[in-house]
Amino acid sequence: MLGYSLRRIIYTAPVLFGVSVVCFALVHISPGDPLISILPADASVELQNRLRTLYGFDRSYPEQFILWLGRALQGDLGTSIATGRPVTTEVMRAVGNTLMLAAVATAIGFVLGCFFGFVAGYFSNSPLDKAASAAAVFGVSVPHYWLGMVLVIIFSAQLGWLPAAGAGPGGSSQWRFDMVHLSYMVLPAITMSVIPMGIIARTVRALVAEILAQEFVIGLRARGLSEFGVFMHVVKNAAPTALAVMGVQLGYLLGGSILIETVFSWPGTGMLLNSAIFQRDLPLLQGTILVLALFFVVLNMVVDIMQSALDPRIKR
Amino acid sequence: MVDATLSQPILNPVRSAGYWQNVGKRLMRDKTAMAAAAVLALIALAAIFAPLIAPMDPLDGRLINRLKPIGTEGHLLGTDELGRDMLSRLIWGGRLSLLMGVTPVVLAFFLGSAIGIIAGYAGGWTNTLIMRTVDVFYAFPSVLLAVALSGALGAGLGNALFSLTVVFIPPIARVAESVTTRLRSSDFIEAARASGAGALTIVRVHVLGNVLGPIFVYATSLIAVSMILASGLSFLGLGVRPPNPEWGLMLNTLRTAIYAQPWVAALPGAMIFLVSISFNMLSDGLRSAMEVRQ
Repeated sequence: MLGYSLRRIIYTAPVLFGVSVVCFALVHISPGDPLISILPADASVELQNRLRTLYGFDRSYPEQFILWLGRALQGDLGTSIATGRPVTTEVMRAVGNTLMLAAVATAIGFVLGCFFGFVAGYFSNSPLDKAASAAAVFGVSVPHYWLGMVLVIIFSAQLGWLPAAGAGPGGSSQWRFDMVHLSYMVLPAITMSVIPMGIIARTVRALVAEILAQEFVIGLRARGLSEFGVFMHVVKNAAPTALAVMGVQLGYLLGGSILIETVFSWPGTGMLLNSAIFQRDLPLLQGTILVLALFFVVLNMVVDIMQSALDPRIKR
Repeated sequence: MVDATLSQPILNPVRSAGYWQNVGKRLMRDKTAMAAAAVLALIALAAIFAPLIAPMDPLDGRLINRLKPIGTEGHLLGTDELGRDMLSRLIWGGRLSLLMGVTPVVLAFFLGSAIGIIAGYAGGWTNTLIMRTVDVFYAFPSVLLAVALSGALGAGLGNALFSLTVVFIPPIARVAESVTTRLRSSDFIEAARASGAGALTIVRVHVLGNVLGPIFVYATSLIAVSMILASGLSFLGLGVRPPNPEWGLMLNTLRTAIYAQPWVAALPGAMIFLVSISFNMLSDGLRSAMEVRQ
């Protein structure tokens, strides 16, 4: 267990390095001068050169990368061109909102996905299985940004039950735990939960069917265990994989929230990315992507280590 | 059955033809998969023959006709925010949407297979080097990587296609590598090597035929995701540019109309959903027909 954890952590280091290289490269694959959005249109050549030296763009790529990485390791991701505030501040403020939304969505998706998965796996090939499997296929096939729009049409535009956009009244960007703020979260969270719901349902269905076909289940039944007792054994066997899938899905939602945040104007990292792209705010784009990718890599590492701790059969 | 097999000339690759015939037969019996294939064929044909089928010019609109409801005289599915005929735009939109959804997976299938097979067959340091590089791209959630690349490169069809291809290469390469690695130590490969066949010959004759099937099935399961992602990029304003008809972009420009004509605004998304669920069902059918286990 300890050996595996150590190996998993050591394996993560080169991946993290590679991720930072990709994030660094983002600014440089971008067409045009990286200074174009802060330079005044009539800037003299002398001013251009001074700024280039100031930002370090006159150095070689490896040199620039080392300087950038050194600053990033100290928590300095540069300055947002659009707002003039440090990128770290902007990202950290937004990341809380996204984390909140993604965590709630993952929780909903996990509960529904496990329910559909268990029903489908237990009554495999019955009409119940067909219905539950259809729900799973729906979850992985629906364009979630469209589902969000349809939910807004039904519950905001037509019925007027729930707010359509934002994280709170009056464009509030800081989420608080009360009924009003909660009502703003309902539609985006449900929309987002559909993806993990489908994937978890598919995984759990396959797991349950596989476990039920094993001999130890027949053994348990032969020993006269109640159906509930057998069910608890199935849960125990399916739990490590289901929880691992849930953890990975949380990471996907954190990184993939941009479409849903755009539909619901949710003030998280997705909205931040959206504005960074359209204002050509490259430091902000780079910083946000780096933070989200780091989250994803570290989360995957933690999930793997926890899974090996939960499931003694895994010896890698 | 026996007679048919015996009457085959021996030179023909009887076994492999029989295998694919069986897959085809099993797939034909799968009603869900066939229904999905029919839906996809219909949408693809409509897109290909759009100039003949579409009742109106998809780019020509009159503001006086804007946002007409579904079932309007002359505009069966209503009109959009610029008064353009929705039915015509949905038919034409299939061209770019299908192109943007399918092309990245096709490109990634070839590139990812090549990368994975090389890594799997070569083994050792080559494998480590290639697969660790692939892992770096795998370390980004797919939506994030697509948005990051096309966001940095700027909006446009070519950049979106490039970004999506980069997104789908790592998962395909991983599958290709694991299938090839498993195959590499099998007896018939050893036998081919022992009888003096070169690496290129072994890969061409013995490896490709055995690994491309599983990789292909896996790749087809990615098309649905690719459709959603590609239209998602256009929805964000990072893919196809207006006024070209594309379902994701149409969904984006119609977002402001959800209070005026909600169901017209939702139509392009329904098309993306229909295509993506059909690809998923067809891919599931293909997987069980080929008896490929994941």
